[in-house]
Amino acid sequence: MLARSHPAALRRLFDEVGTVDCVGVEARVAKYTTRSIKKASKLWGLKTAVSMVDLTTLEGKDTPGKVASLCRKALQPHDPALGVPQVAAVCVYPAMVRHARKALGRDATVRIASVATAFPSGQAPLKTRLGEVKAAVADGADEIDMVINRGAFLAGEFGEMQDEIRAVVAACGRATLKVILEVSELETYDNIRAASFLAMRVIREGDFIKTSTGKTSLNATLGNNQVMIEAIRDHYLDTGISIAMKPAGGIRTAKQALQFLIAIKETLGDAWLTNTRYRFGASALLNDLIRQIEKEKTGAYQAPYYFSEATESY
Amino acid sequence: MSRLPITKTPKAYVGGAFIRSESARVYPLKDAAGNFFGNIPQCTRKDLRNAVEAAAKAGPGWAKRTAYNRGQILYRLGEMLEARAAELADAIALGGAAKAAAAREVAATVDRLVYYAGWTDKYEQVLGNVNPVAAPYFNFTVTEPMGIVGVLAPEEAPLLALVSLIAPAITSGNSVVALASTAQPYPAILLGEMLATSDLPGGVVNLLTGFRQELVPTFATHTHLRAVSGVANADERRVLALGAADSIKRLHLLKTEEATDWFDDAAQSVYAVRATVEFKTTWHPIGS
Repeated sequence: MLARSHPAALRRLFDEVGTVDCVGVEARVAKYTTRSIKKASKLWGLKTAVSMVDLTTLEGKDTPGKVASLCRKALQPHDPALGVPQVAAVCVYPAMVRHARKALGRDATVRIASVATAFPSGQAPLKTRLGEVKAAVADGADEIDMVINRGAFLAGEFGEMQDEIRAVVAACGRATLKVILEVSELETYDNIRAASFLAMRVIREGDFIKTSTGKTSLNATLGNNQVMIEAIRDHYLDTGISIAMKPAGGIRTAKQALQFLIAIKETLGDAWLTNTRYRFGASALLNDLIRQIEKEKTGAYQAPYYFSEATESY
Repeated sequence: MSRLPITKTPKAYVGGAFIRSESARVYPLKDAAGNFFGNIPQCTRKDLRNAVEAAAKAGPGWAKRTAYNRGQILYRLGEMLEARAAELADAIALGGAAKAAAAREVAATVDRLVYYAGWTDKYEQVLGNVNPVAAPYFNFTVTEPMGIVGVLAPEEAPLLALVSLIAPAITSGNSVVALASTAQPYPAILLGEMLATSDLPGGVVNLLTGFRQELVPTFATHTHLRAVSGVANADERRVLALGAADSIKRLHLLKTEEATDWFDDAAQSVYAVRATVEFKTTWHPIGS
């Protein structure tokens, strides 16, 4: 039924990049949740996950003060004696980038990511979107999270979609780019795979593809994560270009994070188990990771209020 | 034509749902004559952790209910038990108790619930106070529920003792994670079914079954449990005292070695409610 309604352009693209075996993907990811990760490997996984977190606040009520406390939490998520690493980045709106830069300082290892391009809808003129990207980079953003033009993709206007991504790549300069596919609006695994390829062909080595904005009902799942990392694998085997991955939204517990790491380990291998190639877009996740690390260290289950306030509840 | 036997899978009651242990372990329950009765979930510390999460979710909403509403709900729980009194008596008799004694325990349990239902909007008047101070201030002492309370039920009086420990904790708005009698868990499992049909929000009372030696250490160390009340032997009391010192929780423990008469009037008291509240004292200017 879906194939019938697809424009010819989309069908040609499917022929080129291949389609997804939905049942196979679902069966594959269901297995990830059955792996038993304990003790030292669990602790390693938890700490690795902390180092991959893009600590995020994307709300209309964000203030400079809230961003500053987010940054302090990013620099030191927990008691340093426990060996909890810093997170990978903070992720804020463009208007908050300069406040984040002020809070983190010039030489911080924690990077500043900014959503730009009329996040989350992307429904603004291209000129406006590019201006937003340039402004964020000028204010000190190290990474830009852009949304693709889903409307263009679904209409089969791939050239337009790719040209826009190219333009944003150019506007980014030295900043890393993350391309948000917004999987919930792409509707099928086939579309997710196709969109992944379209994006990966125009971005640079080390740039990211990202599942979603976190602003829609359906966010990162093991299923769409799997489709995207398999696309990354296939693209890497074809071209030798390694693209990074960022699931975002809906990953709230340490257990989920470990399952995503398992997916990476078993699909892309150890080379992707680093925060230059894999990130979690999350806010509540960090506290749960720290809570589980503390539990591994002390042996006692921890109350959530033993930890500094979760960034979602500022 | 003979029917297929419809055997029941007894399940623990956590977060308003009937669950098996995450470990999938069970232990066989036999009736007094030694015949197999059913497989009881052998809950683990992970089940305890999940129950605490469920209690944490349900707790604030329960504490926010008006005292009057909590009383109504406790009374309705009593109604649920009354209506299924015969079934509960059979469950107690499973452990070898005489029919009459079992019926007496059920009646005492219902009465206990009604007793605490009455206290919900009255304990504050007894435990709280307006303190006299030598300055133009009001000085109030008021109570607040602690949060999540662990309950360790004794082996005897499998229904009455369990309810006698749970009821005073939820009277003031705490949520409870309780471990039922290991040898006689079936009345607790039925109690879970009645909790599910009472108006008590899911997660306010969570009932686990299993082995004490596996679960008591986690009751002791889990930092989210603010108090543990129940019955414990000397070894368990030591483990609980050590764990409670680390996680700063209150302990209200009766000794297994000293028999408790759960039927006695002394087994119900507003002081049992006091055991699971914290006191807050505030100053407020009187004005002119």
